[in-house]
Amino acid sequence: MWEEGATFAASCMAMVEKAAPVDKNTPLLSVRDLLVRFKLRDGLSAALSRGPTYLKAVDEVSFDIGRGEVLGLVGESGSGKTTIGKAILRLYEPQSGSIVVNGVDITRMGDRALKRYRRDLQMVFQDPLSSLNPRHTVRTSLRTPLLLHKICPPSEVEKRIDEALTRSGLSPVFKARYPHELSGGQLQRVAIARALTMSPGLVVADEPVSKLDVSVRAQILNLFKDLQTKFGISIIFITHDLRVARYLCHRIGVMYFGKLVEIAPVEELFTAPKHPYTKALLGTVGAEGESLDGAQVAGEAFNPAADTTGCRYYARCPMRVDRCKTAHPPMETIKSGHDIACYEWRRS
Amino acid sequence: MATATTFGTVLRELRQNRVAAVGLGITTFVLLAIAIGPSLSPYDPSMMDFTAILQPPSWAHPFGTNSFGMDVLTRVLYGARNSLLISIVGVVLGGGLGTLIGMTSAYVGRWFDAIAMRFVDLVFSFPIFVLALMLMLVLGFGVQNVIVAIAIVYIPNFARLARNTTMIVKSEPYVQAAQVMGQSRIRIMVREILPNIAAPLFVQFTVGLAFAIIIEAGLSFLGLGVQPPTPSLGVMMADGKDYFHRGPWVLTLTGLALMVTILGLNLLGDGLRDLLDPRLRRRSAA
Repeated sequence: MWEEGATFAASCMAMVEKAAPVDKNTPLLSVRDLLVRFKLRDGLSAALSRGPTYLKAVDEVSFDIGRGEVLGLVGESGSGKTTIGKAILRLYEPQSGSIVVNGVDITRMGDRALKRYRRDLQMVFQDPLSSLNPRHTVRTSLRTPLLLHKICPPSEVEKRIDEALTRSGLSPVFKARYPHELSGGQLQRVAIARALTMSPGLVVADEPVSKLDVSVRAQILNLFKDLQTKFGISIIFITHDLRVARYLCHRIGVMYFGKLVEIAPVEELFTAPKHPYTKALLGTVGAEGESLDGAQVAGEAFNPAADTTGCRYYARCPMRVDRCKTAHPPMETIKSGHDIACYEWRRS
Repeated sequence: MATATTFGTVLRELRQNRVAAVGLGITTFVLLAIAIGPSLSPYDPSMMDFTAILQPPSWAHPFGTNSFGMDVLTRVLYGARNSLLISIVGVVLGGGLGTLIGMTSAYVGRWFDAIAMRFVDLVFSFPIFVLALMLMLVLGFGVQNVIVAIAIVYIPNFARLARNTTMIVKSEPYVQAAQVMGQSRIRIMVREILPNIAAPLFVQFTVGLAFAIIIEAGLSFLGLGVQPPTPSLGVMMADGKDYFHRGPWVLTLTGLALMVTILGLNLLGDGLRDLLDPRLRRRSAA
């Protein structure tokens, strides 16, 4: 196990030399028909009414992510971006569908079998302060994964912690500090360092800069960019900020109330969006791309608790036709790497 | 954030909270008295001196003597030591078990939660003293069984408290981060959750201790708990009641000692609870 860790470290070093290439052909992660739902009514109130009501937070979403690829997931709040990220890490149990990592489906795996795959999948949370245990020093937070997965011999743990902190742009003196003694940017660096100690293949970053001061956002974004270019780590970058997505991502997936409506290479999405919702989104935020905060897409919003069979964007859609009401359009590949779920995209 | 209250901040604010400071002072005094007091006393708690029966308080016997000529202050010190030890062991046992049940209930959920919490509700539905009395009748008298009774009586309080606080903490991102790291459930409960719910449990322990002393004294007073001649505050009050009109100091001063001990623990507990109550705390920067 330790040797394995050491070789990985060596290969990481090798990668630094010749910036990791993006390999889109062999997906690191394949998500197929992922369905995650939450009970809205439970227990007694469910028994007294017609049974439990469900909210489909993620409704049959499929996508791939290649090695070293940065995939952005954008959408309004409540669109299911974070739920997808957490379902991939099995923090939420998917109702159906598959999540294949390196050729293995992890959706039905038990805790013990899953532990092996945990190393490969890591997460950086939105709020850096609450993502670190307030009772643990930075050293303890970083040491735990190293010892738990026997990534290196105990004698090298301190060295590895120093390395991880340095890679994230922090001095090793921060080891002895508690989370409340650090700034937001520093905390997020610690959280990233913690994810890196595991040498993961994929990092799910859930709005990692939205709670940070504007002045440190760019630094943290560049750190993520480094992770991809230097270490070849794949990143699922969840954000509501289109500018951030455009800066960092290779491809962007647009979510609307649990459905992935369009996924395309970043420049194509910004210059030639096909889905009416993507267009509305880009239209409201301007071609340069701004934050979705407070962005208003005209028309009545979809009620996510209502169990509809039709397109969820129907009520707001300027291009709707009758069949949009009865069946949700399936995902369709219109160009290599560009998928869309809309019956009427050709009209645009 | 209520969950991020550390013992460090509590201790710092303790000095500014007058109620808690007085409680801490009294409790410290009581603990020192029962720790050092007995070894300073020239008397043996069970030494009878028939030349000095029912002496009123004096310099030689500050709390007077009882009907066997035993020094009441010495017996109060030994008795309080016994009472406190019995209560501490009982509350630690009940608190430990209750915390285990509550945390498991919240973290594992489903059927375990349903069964454990109904059991807790059942125990909780009895008035505490009635339950303790009933347990003594079932278990039999004696020190060990007083401890068991106190432990059982305290399981529900701790189980509910631990369950609710665990529910709050377990959805914190750092617990999810630990899950993503592949930490086992037991490890997460012990290393990630427990340290963050320890502060409210500690308050419950302090307040619980005060009431456990009352339970012990009450049971012993009724003759169901600690058996004479072992000194305990309840035993001594029961004894003092028999000749109250001839020697009122035995019952009165023993009761006063009991009251001061409980007052100290209650003030300390109340103070700590105020310090930990998020509604009474100044909001820390988010």
